[in-house]
Amino acid sequence: MLKYIIPLILFIVLAVFLALGLNLKPGDIPSPFINKPAPAFSSPKLDAPDEKLSQTDLTGKVWLFNVWASWCVSCRSEHPVLNQLAQEKAAVIVGLNYKDDPDDARKWLDTLGNPYTVSIMDQDGRIGIDWGVYGVPETFVIDKKGVIRYKHTGPVTDEDIQKTFLPLIAKLQIES
Amino acid sequence: MKRLFIIFLLMLSGNGFAVDYRQFSNPEQQEIYESLTSELRCLVCQNQTIADSNAELAADLRRQVYEMIEQGKTRQEILGFMTERYGDFVLYKPPFKAKTGILWIAPAIFLLTGLIAVFLFVRQKKKLSGIESSPEKQEKIRSLLENGDQS
Repeated sequence: MLKYIIPLILFIVLAVFLALGLNLKPGDIPSPFINKPAPAFSSPKLDAPDEKLSQTDLTGKVWLFNVWASWCVSCRSEHPVLNQLAQEKAAVIVGLNYKDDPDDARKWLDTLGNPYTVSIMDQDGRIGIDWGVYGVPETFVIDKKGVIRYKHTGPVTDEDIQKTFLPLIAKLQIES
Repeated sequence: MKRLFIIFLLMLSGNGFAVDYRQFSNPEQQEIYESLTSELRCLVCQNQTIADSNAELAADLRRQVYEMIEQGKTRQEILGFMTERYGDFVLYKPPFKAKTGILWIAPAIFLLTGLIAVFLFVRQKKKLSGIESSPEKQEKIRSLLENGDQS
């Protein structure tokens, strides 16, 4: 009897580990920023390089911080979703134009539409490092007090918007 | 033969180009730079250190480490800066915590399980061979070998 039970147990243990392994997403690294204040920045705006935007300008608003670049292929697939979200006016969408050529970036927004209330430039990737960005696109949700409440890695889909972003934004809008 | 040797030498040289070389005035700082870049993970290509990787993020992180060393920051301060932003995952050697405990303990558990299994297996085998070598069996084996199986 034991002769059959031991291999069976081993098989089950192995199967459980493999199943867990299949469902893990090694690309999703848990962000240490959740429930921490948004890292400080003060950076020139993409459409008006003489003006700067800092995270304190956004205090009192629920905002999304979306990291994008014209060289980023998945940003292209994410873009219509953001355009759609911008039309709903649920929250302010701030773009971080990451390691990009400003001319390419402006051209990109002209052709594909601009969902961002404002985009700021991070040509040498320093703001990216401060925010722990490792893959573009990434999207953070920041509450009215300037605390990061959620981070999404990779392109945001319609489903993510409906199931995660909109309910969370609605909840944060009620908070004082 | 000569050509093969040259190809071999070329293969060896590949690693040298991966890291952009940085010059420090102080050999201690050089050492910190080299050890830090080889124990921080590149988060884009997750099985490479930032010293090995040619990803842009790795280059940025090397620059960050370089600048922090130049500013006189210590090893611990730089590691703290990185984990604050990227979490423990950025470290090739994760700290021993409740969450990472299984990573550290599992190999010992597997080794122990293996040793116990081998021990039990060997003991059982010994018992079995003890039965095999009883005088009656030996006799039977010998007669089978000499006369063949007549049953």
